Amino acid sequence: MVAYSKEQIWQWLSEIPDPDIPVISITDLGLVKDVMLQEDEVLITVTPSYSGCPAMQLFSDEIIAKLKLNGIEKARVKTVFSPAWSSDMISEEARQKMKVHGIAPPEKTNEHLHQRFLKTSVNCPWCNSDRTVKKSQFGSTPCKALWYCYSCNQPFEYFKCI
Amino acid sequence: MDTKKTVANYCIRIADDHLIQAQRLAELCSYGPILEEDLAMTNISLDCFGQAEFFYDYAVELLADGRTADAIAFRRSERQYTNHLLVEQPNGDFAMTMMRVFLYSAFSKLWFEALVHSNDERLAALAAKALKEAKYHLRHSSEWVIRLGNGTDESLNRCQGALIALWPFTDNLFASNEVDAHLMELGIACDMAQLRGLWDLSVKEVLADANLLFPEKVHMQKGGIDGMHSEHLGHLLCEMQFLQRAYPDAKW
Repeated sequence: MVAYSKEQIWQWLSEIPDPDIPVISITDLGLVKDVMLQEDEVLITVTPSYSGCPAMQLFSDEIIAKLKLNGIEKARVKTVFSPAWSSDMISEEARQKMKVHGIAPPEKTNEHLHQRFLKTSVNCPWCNSDRTVKKSQFGSTPCKALWYCYSCNQPFEYFKCI
Repeated sequence: MDTKKTVANYCIRIADDHLIQAQRLAELCSYGPILEEDLAMTNISLDCFGQAEFFYDYAVELLADGRTADAIAFRRSERQYTNHLLVEQPNGDFAMTMMRVFLYSAFSKLWFEALVHSNDERLAALAAKALKEAKYHLRHSSEWVIRLGNGTDESLNRCQGALIALWPFTDNLFASNEVDAHLMELGIACDMAQLRGLWDLSVKEVLADANLLFPEKVHMQKGGIDGMHSEHLGHLLCEMQFLQRAYPDAKW
């Protein structure tokens, strides 16, 4: 029998990277909601980010594998839907890490988000200029949009705000 | 009426809509007019597949009859699908595709907004989640309808043509049957007829910005939630179901 605490398990989970943005972890993204030590198993509750995100199944598998690696044989991952995941749940630390990785972090959700032809300004993660333009609301993964910076002439990705 | 089973059927209706919309948009993968729109349509498709999966999964739990979500999604016959007629309409040109996504997401946004208040907690939670995505599907498609309407004569004409072609399939979005009646009494489902006025308002606003004329005196098609479909659904199912019919419960 391996001794472990909730804190220890949170620590292990924080070492599981997001497959698309490896510098940040699933706990940084706010996808792990709770860790429960139950009589005969460890129950991890997670919430999905974007509905169609193919990484969700991978996360569950990696959580189980990570705990197994640390001597926890009986673990289960349960998906919960409420409260619905929001990009606001991403930690401040993760936002900084995203920038370093060349991804502009999401702004905080607000009422105006769904206005048509909304002119938003996102700072370039490379040079911090605000002379940027949205090229496409949709990008290489469900969580990202395509942007371009006219100051450093570099394309970059913006983490979609929901 | 068995409430669990009725909630399951209601979830399957929502899931069917999103599965069929997703499949239609997935047909455009690598055929988008420009790279950005190829990405956009397949991203919207992916969101819809995900939403469909969540609602099928809940239905599977409620039914507990041994069927998997895959079996329900991919191994029923045409008449057993309860999706609305709009989502099964072919992609046509880009104006037609965007118009369909626009008319449907204007509807699904209102549907989810109403279901957020459902007495069924899981249904309310799934609606809250899907609503976030329906909102940006609506924004994206509205912007395109407005752009096309204000573009060239060609894009305006094509957009108006798409509206006229799809309009007959909009009335059935607000149809309801005994499933709705039973669940409305329990505060689980919403009143579809009430969504009508809100939908008209939001759609008319965008159409006006796009210089498009609201079709009048159109013969409206009936069907959808009762399992009666246009001729296009069968063809879509042929392609979508092939793998699951040939290799039931195939895993990646």
